[in-house]
Amino acid sequence: MKKTLILTTALAGFAVSATAEELTVMSWGGAYTKSQVEGYHKPFAEKTGVKVVSVDADNPATPIKAQVEAGNVTIDVASVEFADAIRLCDEGLVVEIDHASLPAAPDGTPATEDFLPGTLTDCLVSTDVFSTVFAYDTEAVGDTAPDSIADFFDLEAYPGKRGMRKTAKVNLEMALMADGVPAAEVYGLLETDEGVDRAFAKLDAIKDQIVWWEAGAQPPQLLADGEVSLSTAYNGRIFNAVIGESQPFDIVWDGQVYEFEGWVIPKGAPNLENALEFVKYSTSTEPLARAAEWISYGPPRQSSGSLVGIYQGDGTTEMGPHLPTTAANLTNALASNFEFWADRETELNERFNAWLAN
Amino acid sequence: MSDAATAPELLTTADGRPLKSALAHAQARNKRRAFYLVLPLLLFVVITFLIPIGQLLTKSVYNTGFYSWKDRDAGVSIPLMVELREWFDETPADAEPDEAAFAALVAGLVHARETKSIGQIGTRINYEVSGSRSMFTKSARKAKDLVPPYKEALLEVDEDWGDPELWGAMRNASKVVTLDFYLSALDRTRNADGDIVKVDEERAVYVLLFKRTLVMSALITFLTFLLGFPVAHLLATLPLRHSNLLMIFVLLPFWTSLLVRTTSWIVLLQSQGVVNDIWVSLGLISDESRLQMIYNQTGTIIAMTHILLPFMVLPLYSVMRPIDPSYVRAARSLGATSWTAFRRIYMPQTIPGIGAGGLLVFILAVGYYITPALVGGSTGQLISNLIAFHMQNSLNWSLAAALASLLLFAVLLLYWLYDRLIGIDNLKLG
Amino acid sequence: MALPTYATPLERVWYYTYRTLCAAIFLFLIAPILIVIPLSFNAEPYFTFTEKMLSFDPTGYSTRWYDLLLTFGMGKPDAVRDAAWWSDVWQNAAWVNAAKNSVIIGFFSTLLATFLGTLAALGLSRPEMPFRRVIMAILISPMIVPIIITATGLFFFYSATGLANTYLGIIMAHATLGIPFVIITVTATLVGFDKTLNQAAASLGANPTTTFFKITMPLILPGVISGALFAFVTSFDEVVVVLFVAAHDQQTIPRQMWNGIREQISPAILSVATILVIVSIALLTTVELLRRRSERLRGISPG
Repeated sequence: MKKTLILTTALAGFAVSATAEELTVMSWGGAYTKSQVEGYHKPFAEKTGVKVVSVDADNPATPIKAQVEAGNVTIDVASVEFADAIRLCDEGLVVEIDHASLPAAPDGTPATEDFLPGTLTDCLVSTDVFSTVFAYDTEAVGDTAPDSIADFFDLEAYPGKRGMRKTAKVNLEMALMADGVPAAEVYGLLETDEGVDRAFAKLDAIKDQIVWWEAGAQPPQLLADGEVSLSTAYNGRIFNAVIGESQPFDIVWDGQVYEFEGWVIPKGAPNLENALEFVKYSTSTEPLARAAEWISYGPPRQSSGSLVGIYQGDGTTEMGPHLPTTAANLTNALASNFEFWADRETELNERFNAWLAN
Repeated sequence: MSDAATAPELLTTADGRPLKSALAHAQARNKRRAFYLVLPLLLFVVITFLIPIGQLLTKSVYNTGFYSWKDRDAGVSIPLMVELREWFDETPADAEPDEAAFAALVAGLVHARETKSIGQIGTRINYEVSGSRSMFTKSARKAKDLVPPYKEALLEVDEDWGDPELWGAMRNASKVVTLDFYLSALDRTRNADGDIVKVDEERAVYVLLFKRTLVMSALITFLTFLLGFPVAHLLATLPLRHSNLLMIFVLLPFWTSLLVRTTSWIVLLQSQGVVNDIWVSLGLISDESRLQMIYNQTGTIIAMTHILLPFMVLPLYSVMRPIDPSYVRAARSLGATSWTAFRRIYMPQTIPGIGAGGLLVFILAVGYYITPALVGGSTGQLISNLIAFHMQNSLNWSLAAALASLLLFAVLLLYWLYDRLIGIDNLKLG
Repeated sequence: MALPTYATPLERVWYYTYRTLCAAIFLFLIAPILIVIPLSFNAEPYFTFTEKMLSFDPTGYSTRWYDLLLTFGMGKPDAVRDAAWWSDVWQNAAWVNAAKNSVIIGFFSTLLATFLGTLAALGLSRPEMPFRRVIMAILISPMIVPIIITATGLFFFYSATGLANTYLGIIMAHATLGIPFVIITVTATLVGFDKTLNQAAASLGANPTTTFFKITMPLILPGVISGALFAFVTSFDEVVVVLFVAAHDQQTIPRQMWNGIREQISPAILSVATILVIVSIALLTTVELLRRRSERLRGISPG
């Protein structure tokens, strides 16, 4: 008994001491994490000697909220969606980051002017803009390819299973846009009960055919395995599957919902100093541009835009046309309303889950 | 004892002590010795199991969301909504909120906005009145600029502030000890008058899930019985060297990782999987109309039946093995058909095994989590998955604890039944 | 149960139907476990048999998924496979690290569960044990209480006590889950234990310690080892508690599998599954041999 205790205590002690010069960064897994490892983690580790441990979650906002509330924080930096960052900040669960401490652009422009308007908040420093789009397997849809968001909900023209993220966010917006609501009116309508009912009614029509996904890496896999013929997905994941792995998928940009995401530091992070250093380093001009060469998410700094070269996965593809914010992709696009979701996500998800179970 | 002490002819031990007390003494010493052997483990289980479960039960009736806020920078606890809670304490339960109440509410909102606790407060009330979280966050943003009379000012921001149901919910939430989470866990809520009513149909989900869990567990138990009985019977009647060999078919799944078995079923059942492939190649179904056998209830039922089958076969086998075949032979010789002999003579002797296996499978099925989570899709989820959802996704820990407590209660009831009918001592493995 | 000579034709039909039925059920039991083995050698990233595999074309088979188990997570997977490469595997490969964690956690939790469980089983099997029924019920309950409830309770308790995200916390939790198995197997061995052997030893002048180590221990050892194996398997296969109380970088094999199944089952999962099936065959054989040895030692002839 004594020996066991000594051994286990030693073991526990070992586990603690091993994390001394480490930094734990939580992200969304798959191709997105890879872009961050290549763009931020590796150069940061080389520069500072701090080992960056990368861990994944379906949506990092949830585990870090749980950790802070329970009082056992192990994550130093986490990648979260803009709306979640606003909410976590409002609830005092993440650290405020001083904008003046962020490095200036190479030409001397201060960070506050270099970052696109609205991409810096009290607690969040944006790293990229991503979009939820729908993609399809070109071999599974027949002769006429889908080209509008309404096609995603059209079971007659495009029979078969479709993948959707298991959450209310984005699905409700897409349902309304598919129902003919112009992008500009979507959130106004969702503020009302009738609007929410209408969105759920639209989802009801395809409910039986939906395969729900939770992790961003799932939709390309579901498409590749033939489990679904269409799926909503993060545009960067589809880009990587198409360009990097030569999968026969295509993206429909009509009805895309785009949003910024970036770093937050949970309160009580075990390595606060290093976490701040990491956030500053990774959101400087050069690393943001490097990460954008690994996945088709646009950088939030003006000075990074021109530095983004070709896709590092194949060494030939220009990133420009694949970014959500390229003019051609924005004809019928919706900017996710973070205030709406920061306020309403809890209650709409509750309704969503009851709808799902019934 | 006193009688024995004063009795004239007293049996004594060699050292002169009365035999009776010496025996009692030895008996007590043996009792203590036995107990001391068990004590370390008992303490260990108390610490790593009973205390955590006790804490879980506490969590289900204790919530400080509307009461205090932990400031994580300073590491102190700040009381919330102090004025409003005082107003609640001073007024009767059915009091109309007056100007003083609204003033207290506005003060509380301003304070909550400053301390960044408004999210927590809104979330707490949202548990009772769905859709109110955004009212709190929205109003708190504007609260600082509001001027008296506060009642009109706040109703101007959102007219739902006049809703008596909302005030009832705030009154309830102002007490840290509450049974409200049990109401939620049973799809019940309090209306404006404080009566317990059902929640809207479109939000009701827990009773449905409890029912589904029980029905699916019963079905799975029945299926394991259906498949387990013939196999156990065969194993019990074959010569031992054959049955020992065949027993491997039952024991190998038993020893194989749960995740491996679940993975196998995904591989077999998915629409591009082995079973669908076989059926397509046999021409039974066309390539377009592959069957959806996984990520729904069917998937959960098939995989769980397979995983729990050994728990049915083993108890059945251990009851069937000692059954004397001469009873059935005697029945046959007295003119019974083989079916009658089986039904009237053999079957009744296997009842203890059916009871033990059935209860064990049912108990295990009711609490299953991993398999439904991986193969259940959205319709094959059980109550355990919902508990995990509230623990890890919605972070409504009090509700998760209340649901867990109800499940625990059900399982302990079955466990008690098992102990009464079969006895825990008779639990056998392999 | 051979077919009796007086069987009617109907009974004959039923006899063979019944045998076929049982064969089908045995197939249902075993096929899902064996199916992963050939599929793990698939050269393509699919979970079903390719044409080439069905025609036994060697190019349809490969060990690439086993190779991936070593290279996944490595710093330089494409380097020459020399000592440095292997050291990279040992240090960085995700599955290797998960295996190390699983073994460490499994080993210590088994040690703890076996020691405490055997001691308690010795106490519980004494006739003078007070409150036997209640205590037994409490000690077995970790096996009965749904794992999600245990994990939830441990999450709250460990968060409050600082045991969350530590190896000690996981080891203690896994030991608790393994204890019922140790108690069940060891008490089962003690039921057939002939108490006169102890009395004989005592009458020959052995003190209780000597009696225990020379007489009791060798006789109950097979039961203890079986119990320990059960406890180890319980820990080795446990994922829910790990998901709730372990840090995100404390990976174990089941946790790595859990993530893999949810996100993308590449045949790499099937190669892990195959390895685990082989491990369970080995364990099953060991337990079976132990059981026979125990029966022989205690003079119970096999049925």
